[in-house]
Amino acid sequence: MKKDRVLILIFLLAIFAFFALPFVGSTSVSVSAIKDFRLETVQGRIFYQIRLPRTCVAFLAGAALSCCGMALQAMFKNPLATPFTLGISSGAALGTAIYIISALPAAIMGFSVITISSFAGAIGACLLVYGLTRAAKGFSVATMLLAGVVVNFFFSSIILFLQYHSNFTESFRIIHWLMGSIEVAGFKTVFNMFIFVAGGAVIIWRLRGELNLLTISDEIAITRGVNLQRVRKTLFLATSIMVAGVVSFCGPIGFVGLIAPHICRLLVGADHKRLAPASMLFGAAFLGVCDTIARTIMAPIEIPVGVITALLGGPFFVWLLLKGSSEKSLL
Amino acid sequence: MTETIIKIEKLCLNIGGTQILRDVSFEIAAGQRLSIIGANGAGKTTLLKCLDKIIGICDGKITVAGKNLNQYRQKELAKILAYVPQSAYFNAPFSVQEFVMMARFPHLSSFSVVTAEDKKIVAGAMALTEIADFASRALTTLSGGELQRVNIAAAVAQQSKVMLLDEPTTFLDYKHQSDIQILLDKINSEKGTTTVSVTHDINTAVMFSDRIVALKSGRVAFDGRPEEVMDNKILNDIYEKEFLFSNHPQTGQKLLIPHQREI
Repeated sequence: MKKDRVLILIFLLAIFAFFALPFVGSTSVSVSAIKDFRLETVQGRIFYQIRLPRTCVAFLAGAALSCCGMALQAMFKNPLATPFTLGISSGAALGTAIYIISALPAAIMGFSVITISSFAGAIGACLLVYGLTRAAKGFSVATMLLAGVVVNFFFSSIILFLQYHSNFTESFRIIHWLMGSIEVAGFKTVFNMFIFVAGGAVIIWRLRGELNLLTISDEIAITRGVNLQRVRKTLFLATSIMVAGVVSFCGPIGFVGLIAPHICRLLVGADHKRLAPASMLFGAAFLGVCDTIARTIMAPIEIPVGVITALLGGPFFVWLLLKGSSEKSLL
Repeated sequence: MTETIIKIEKLCLNIGGTQILRDVSFEIAAGQRLSIIGANGAGKTTLLKCLDKIIGICDGKITVAGKNLNQYRQKELAKILAYVPQSAYFNAPFSVQEFVMMARFPHLSSFSVVTAEDKKIVAGAMALTEIADFASRALTTLSGGELQRVNIAAAVAQQSKVMLLDEPTTFLDYKHQSDIQILLDKINSEKGTTTVSVTHDINTAVMFSDRIVALKSGRVAFDGRPEEVMDNKILNDIYEKEFLFSNHPQTGQKLLIPHQREI
């Protein structure tokens, strides 16, 4: 019952953060701006065209990264697994680097080319890891993990090579993208991202029972009725698509996917029935808060949100870890 | 006539070029208490894992409740076979109750939730195995004996017809060994559950089984009634060693005693 109450509290805090954060920023926006649906005032335009879409994207990205981190930590039985363990982000980074140095147009038929190329890179990395894992018999998590690490290093080397041969501006743009940031205007990105996040989240929610059993042992999972191969493939594809969707819009925002599931495990326990919604809500609110700090702390200059997530999340996690009892293991 | 719940025919298994199981054939009747004995590396645990599809077989056929094992979906199979692992230590952050509740997984669909009926079954399994007192404790804090009871409670909550037990009393002291065996007997008699136990303890196997199958180098070396195995000719064939025998003071059953080192 206590765990259910904590989950409700996380839900209420996330809702509060979602409605409060769009009003925080270098330009003050009053509550009356909500009524300006026709965008007739500056405050209305700031609220509906910049702040609200940005908060939505931060919440979606945080929820997705946290949910993927949670699922991969359970599947790999490894507390250090993150949404980027499978090398998807390095694929997206390579796609972005190729776009930046090849001077392609900014948009084709209304679609951002940098988003398309980074998404193509992410899917390429995903297919490569999947192919390598399938090539080795059994679709084992160890092979998947190693394939992810190899693809990560391989793509990172190509990015370094491209950076070495790029000019200063191109190199700066690549580094800036790699830090991860949320820069959106309007709701188009929100709708595009929502499809990836909602689709993946529903799949992972359906596998909550399997994730619980996978956390214990593969042997226990099989003998309780889990089709291990099918579940691993489904989780791999669901997390890959979600991560590809997020990274292609926001870049690789680190730390949320690692830390949010661990914090929630300490707060609501390891049962994925509670852990999945708690991780998504906490990750969403956490990234929303971090993004608000990133755009306000040195306003008008914006700091990449990835810097804030690690700076805030790290000490908070250590505090929670030291406070937790010895009975609570992370995984 | 007793119904056959598991039928193994000419089962062969090869792992990494090593032949683990060779031409293994036998049947298990519903409600039977079967013990599988044999020396280390004889293939006992592997055979148990083949029955629950943890390991795929190379050749031969396994029939479970009249249907080929390969035709079972894993969830469907879990409704018939429950597996109790070898005194495993789980570094999993779950409470005892959560772990036992997970055994209801084969009976739930992706969108269904735990019902009052599921809770009642779990409570019954925990009462039967006498673990209700520490239901809220974390799995990581349990002793070997407690953990084994929890594993058996989960198998009971799974409501399967057959319980496959991999060395259920290994690493336990005499009291807990005895408690677990009495508990398994109770489950067999009260619920009619078939028990298939892999064990190194021949005396326990003789005392608490209806039948014994012995493996040697992946082959069936003996298949018969418990009292028949207490013969040095048979035991020497299985373990390549001779033993001494004595009689149980209460039941008169023949029990095995190892030779003392000659001084």
